[in-house]
Amino acid sequence: MSNHIEINDGHLKDLENEAIFVMREVAAQFEKKIILFSGGKDSIVLVHLARKAFWPARMPFSLLHIDTGHNFEETIVFRDDLAGELGVELIVKYVQNSIDKGRVTEEQGVNASRNKAQSVTLLDAIEELNIDVAIGGGRRDEEKARAKERFFSHRNEFGQWDPKNQRPELWNIFNGRKHLGEHFRVFPISNWTELDVWQYILSEKIKLPGLYYTHRRKIFKRNNIYLAWAPFMQLKPNEEVFEADVRCRTIGDITCTGITLSKAESLEEIIAEIAATRVTERGGRYDDKRSEAAMEDRKKEGYF
Amino acid sequence: MGLNGNDNKKSLLRFTTAGSVDDGKSTLIGRLLYDSKSIFEDQMEHIVQSSKRLGRDEVDLSLLTDGLRAEREQGITIDVAYRYFATPARKFIIADTPGHIQYTRNMVTGASTADLAVILIDARKGILEQTVRHCYIAALLDIRHIVFCINKMDMVNYNESVFTGIKTSLDTVISKLNIEDPHFIPISAKWGDNVVDQSDNMKWYGGKTFLKLIETIEVRKNKNPEIPRFPVQTIIRPQSSEYHDYRGYGGRVAGGIFRKGDEIVVLPSFLKSRIKSIDVMGKSLELAETGDSVSMTLEDHIDISRGDIIVSAGTLPEISQDLNMMVCWFNERPLLSGGRYLVRHNSNEAGCIIKSIDYRMNIGNLTKDYDNLVIKMNDIAHIRMRTSKPLFFDPYKENNITGSVILIDEGTNETVGAGMITA
Repeated sequence: MSNHIEINDGHLKDLENEAIFVMREVAAQFEKKIILFSGGKDSIVLVHLARKAFWPARMPFSLLHIDTGHNFEETIVFRDDLAGELGVELIVKYVQNSIDKGRVTEEQGVNASRNKAQSVTLLDAIEELNIDVAIGGGRRDEEKARAKERFFSHRNEFGQWDPKNQRPELWNIFNGRKHLGEHFRVFPISNWTELDVWQYILSEKIKLPGLYYTHRRKIFKRNNIYLAWAPFMQLKPNEEVFEADVRCRTIGDITCTGITLSKAESLEEIIAEIAATRVTERGGRYDDKRSEAAMEDRKKEGYF
Repeated sequence: MGLNGNDNKKSLLRFTTAGSVDDGKSTLIGRLLYDSKSIFEDQMEHIVQSSKRLGRDEVDLSLLTDGLRAEREQGITIDVAYRYFATPARKFIIADTPGHIQYTRNMVTGASTADLAVILIDARKGILEQTVRHCYIAALLDIRHIVFCINKMDMVNYNESVFTGIKTSLDTVISKLNIEDPHFIPISAKWGDNVVDQSDNMKWYGGKTFLKLIETIEVRKNKNPEIPRFPVQTIIRPQSSEYHDYRGYGGRVAGGIFRKGDEIVVLPSFLKSRIKSIDVMGKSLELAETGDSVSMTLEDHIDISRGDIIVSAGTLPEISQDLNMMVCWFNERPLLSGGRYLVRHNSNEAGCIIKSIDYRMNIGNLTKDYDNLVIKMNDIAHIRMRTSKPLFFDPYKENNITGSVILIDEGTNETVGAGMITA
């Protein structure tokens, strides 16, 4: 594959300006503000934008990680280092605690994932910590329910998203007013595509976990998607684990994150690979494959 | 090219699409994404299966853009959806809005951030009342570039006279609404004629394909972008030892260019100072132009807070508690004369009372109705309001950012109206 694909990046400045504007509106309109931080590239970009929006002051946000316990080790190390470097508070809430308390029942079987259970842990954290805004790295290009999402997305007192009752957003005026107990999810990079995110990472020289670059890993194939193997994962009889040169296209819970066979060692190579790819980023997300409206349903329940 | 290098290349085009029911808007977008190879395999597989499940004969490209379950089941679009695609020439953001009469508010919303509007017309039907509505809204929102796609040309045997007939009949609306830069393209979204590829069926059409046009069109926004405006969003005070005395004003330039050393005035205090620095994360810039999010520091210590605006000394905005505006109403409860709302303007918020409703626009035939002044959802009206404190604004036609407001219901916190200041 050629590394010399001509990609125009003049639009990145526009997208960055918009995201910084949104970050500053969040700072001004809310009290207890957190960035949902997963250690994935989108949340790393969010943190970078937040830093840029308030420099030289410290960003007025804490980082909140909803930990499913099914992580890639490297992301956790990366997360802790980044929080330390920024000097911001890192809050970690564990899905395991929600399971132990009986707040949510763990899925069983070979397709078991804690992805859905995260919503309960997140909503509990929002209530416990009086969080009135959670900034997320959701992008409208990811999935069709997300295509209807607002920058400032209102959640009712049950933490639910009602797609039919969203506030219209005009020009650059964001209405973050709410009643007690309600909260907002804000998505500063709504208008970015996967390629934009990568181009931005390259142009701003943003540091990423090594998982995004090629590495040897034990993987297996399920429903035409490669998944990383981990000791707690159950295999079906016909599935076998093998080693390959891979990289992660997205990083989430290990049980549902798709793996790409790739030898891309640099950001330039990754960008060339993505520009040429014919499958969407979430095409490898096992959590979205469950039904046609999988994302819509999870969002209504309070998912990211 | 650096990100903050202040180059003017417009490589991002935001456009909105409007059409009536069944005139093929979703198909056009689907076609655009498909032919420009922006549809990925998994999305395609998905719509092939959905088309079969819904019993369609062919692959229905409109399924690509119908996001929510209710929409897929009912075959309608209920809200603004945003779509993205890029070609080597440009990146595009589409605000896809439904065309039903009751969704004027969605179209206004989609148009508020658009540089260009695409209006679809069914070649068999010609201009409908809805076409006029769409033109009116695009003009009201100050969109200067309108592309009229005369669609379903395949259903009229690709007949040139149908196309020219519709084009001629649009003249009246276009001149009445002062639409500055109209374009006309005969297309068949279903078969792809003149969408991405030049049509073999309409050799008589010598113009650009739709994609070529939106790739190359030179976009001009605000009518008066040279007048400097900088609404202050947030105060940046590090209180660290390294930046002990740093006091920056965070905001996004809403008009003009600010240069280091420029003399400025802060409103509402009317205090003067000079720009000491323009910063973006450790980088000091010589200037900031419209659209840039920066932190500005001033030579003098003056009291500035969120809601204030920094302007150039020679060009003050209007300062008043009495505002006239065109308003589009979004809420089920009608707009009331004498009603009290919150008005949000840039980073400023004030209370307001509606002093009078002057007329309701009948946007189907472009007449003003002075009698029926109950302003319901999706209505557009001219109103006068008095605000609880002075606002600093420009007419919308001169600056879309400093000339726009939203109205909020204080009881429900809903955004109930969008206003474009006329004076």
